[in-house]
Amino acid sequence: MAHLLELRNIRKYFESQRAVDDISFSIDPGSIFGLLGPNGAGKTTLLRIITGIFFEDSGEILLNGHRFDVTADLSMIGYMPEEKGLYKKMKVGEQAMYFAQLKGLSYAQASEKVRYWFDRLEMNSWWNKKVEDLSKGMHQKLQFIITVQHDPKLIILDEPFSGLDPVNANVIKDEIFALAKKGNTIIFSTHRMEQVEEICDHIILVNQGKKLLDGTVDNVKQQFKENLYRVEMNADHALPTETEIYKIINDENGVVVFRLKEGNTANIALNYLLQQNVTLRSFQEVLPSLNEIFIRLVDSTPTARPFQTL
Amino acid sequence: MNKVLLVVKREYLTRVRNKTFILSTVLTPLFFIALIGVSTYFSHNNSEELKVAVYDQSGLFASRLKSSPNIHYTTVPQNIYDSFVLKKPVEAYNGLLYIPNINVDTPIGIEYLSEKQLGVFSQDKVNSDLNDVLEQERMIRANIDTARLSEIRRNSVSLSQKIIGEGRNGEADAGISAAIASISALLIYMLMFIYGAMVMRGVMEEKVNRVAELIVSSVKPFQLMMGKILGIGAVGLTQFLIWIILFVVGSSVVSSSLSDGQIHTLVNSSENLNNAQMISGVISDINSHLNVPLLIGAFVFYFIFGYLFYAALFAAVGSAVNEDPQDAQSMMFPITIPIIFSIVIMTRVIGDPTGSLGVWCSIIPFTSPIIMMARLPFGFPGTVTVWELVLSILSLIIGFLLTTWLSAKIYRTGILMYGKKPAWKDLIRWAFRK
Repeated sequence: MAHLLELRNIRKYFESQRAVDDISFSIDPGSIFGLLGPNGAGKTTLLRIITGIFFEDSGEILLNGHRFDVTADLSMIGYMPEEKGLYKKMKVGEQAMYFAQLKGLSYAQASEKVRYWFDRLEMNSWWNKKVEDLSKGMHQKLQFIITVQHDPKLIILDEPFSGLDPVNANVIKDEIFALAKKGNTIIFSTHRMEQVEEICDHIILVNQGKKLLDGTVDNVKQQFKENLYRVEMNADHALPTETEIYKIINDENGVVVFRLKEGNTANIALNYLLQQNVTLRSFQEVLPSLNEIFIRLVDSTPTARPFQTL
Repeated sequence: MNKVLLVVKREYLTRVRNKTFILSTVLTPLFFIALIGVSTYFSHNNSEELKVAVYDQSGLFASRLKSSPNIHYTTVPQNIYDSFVLKKPVEAYNGLLYIPNINVDTPIGIEYLSEKQLGVFSQDKVNSDLNDVLEQERMIRANIDTARLSEIRRNSVSLSQKIIGEGRNGEADAGISAAIASISALLIYMLMFIYGAMVMRGVMEEKVNRVAELIVSSVKPFQLMMGKILGIGAVGLTQFLIWIILFVVGSSVVSSSLSDGQIHTLVNSSENLNNAQMISGVISDINSHLNVPLLIGAFVFYFIFGYLFYAALFAAVGSAVNEDPQDAQSMMFPITIPIIFSIVIMTRVIGDPTGSLGVWCSIIPFTSPIIMMARLPFGFPGTVTVWELVLSILSLIIGFLLTTWLSAKIYRTGILMYGKKPAWKDLIRWAFRK
């Protein structure tokens, strides 16, 4: 399957730092792609390059198989920046219409799409209100509508849930799933890992302008697993703390976590446990959460970029 | 291009539909009218109501001095004059007019005694009242019917002048040219400042509201900037047009309501007749001496392109500053220097429209909108040569393209920058990097 978006060796250096330093990745159509990284990792710069706000210093972007062309392709992209803002004094409906037309829709098309989304997210009664009268949640919903209303092939959401209550966050989340199901591709940028695990198919992790990690959520977890297993059993019989098969790391009230030693498999361990005369209640592999992986990877590099001149 | 139009439309409509716009458009002329009205009212009516005692030894004036609402004449006997002379003024009168036994042809020695000095208007009024009586008396002695005379006077001719020869101005026209020059130069100055600052605030608003990034993911920063500049320029033109319409309608209403009654009485007094003559003379002078269509055309051109030239710079500054309006003030300062400089040298240029200062400043685009408008009323072709005008127009257009190009580069970096206020050094670096 052809990639919807492909970045090849993108570089963008500013006066004081290498914001994006040789990053390549590709995104399949209809997938939800997570762009992760700590603050100041270069995520926003990368997104601004993809949305044509910045030009890359070197490298190549392919959108839908051809070279990305800012003038022609902007209407294929919907971007919700991290800095969320709208014209405060403008009316809600007018504002949505304005942005729809800026994306190249005719008045009639814009009107149809905007009405569709306002119905869908139950915003119709707000049409004639000024944006400054909206609550934060409403504001964010409007921002979301403005991002997706022209049905862009590529939807880029930078921290779309910041400041949303769980109910509104779920509304937006459901819409994201629905859009992906329809075939729209979504780039989702955040540093909230629990959302990523829930939503994304594929992730990359960047820090200090470099790509540290690239893969599906499952792959990444497999890649970073530490051969840990959790066993629950009746606490009537103690296991030896270390054998040639495993080493127990934690043992609390019959819940044991051990690390498998090199050259052993889960089956060998399970066999051994069955012979130990204990009553097993569960046996499962412990995979690291994305949060742990994130912290481990980011911690191994200095947290703040030193200010450097190039 | 379509996107620029969309931006223009938004910028235009949100401003024009705004209540402040409607209020300021209507209230500004009203404010000026009120200002003029109040100041005229006070200068005419605030002049103290005078009770003037008249001690007339000649017998010519006593019964003929006409009292007006402001000045009330009362003939008094000698004892009141005596007490005024002895510096013991009589409470009932503000002052005493002493008229010795004078000859009608050499009326000297008339005095006004009072503790307080007369106001300028009152002094004029007393003078003209006395003159009226003398004139009347002289006419009677010359056997002239006063009623007939004023009939004759009303059919006065107003002479219109035609200046021939290039670049030469008659004495009489210089004053009118200077007035037109300073009015149009000041207007350009005000308009550039008002609407330039409006562009700057508009750009700042987008930054403060954090909406800039969303927009530049849909339109190019240059399109956004141009849309904003053109939209606000259209607001300016609209406002200006409304003012012109209000002025034309207002003045025609005033003149038609005045025409029957008041002008008649105004013109009746000889002094006002002179004023009326002067005004009609000025108007015919303007029409005959000045090339009005050229001036209007030039005004519109220099307004539009002067605005465009500076609006781009104001937009660049607006994109560079953050929330703090004080930053805006200090960043704005360097670009306002040439505008203020133009106004400072304007008086000199009007005094010497062909001097090298005026010629150069009317060509350099930073000062040309104001200075060329200060020179043009002195004659074209003549004081301003064809070449100077062509050069000035071309350099302003090129200057506009240049400032817009540079500003656009500052703008596209600036609108996404938050945090520290950049120095001018940074702006220049943004402008000139590839």
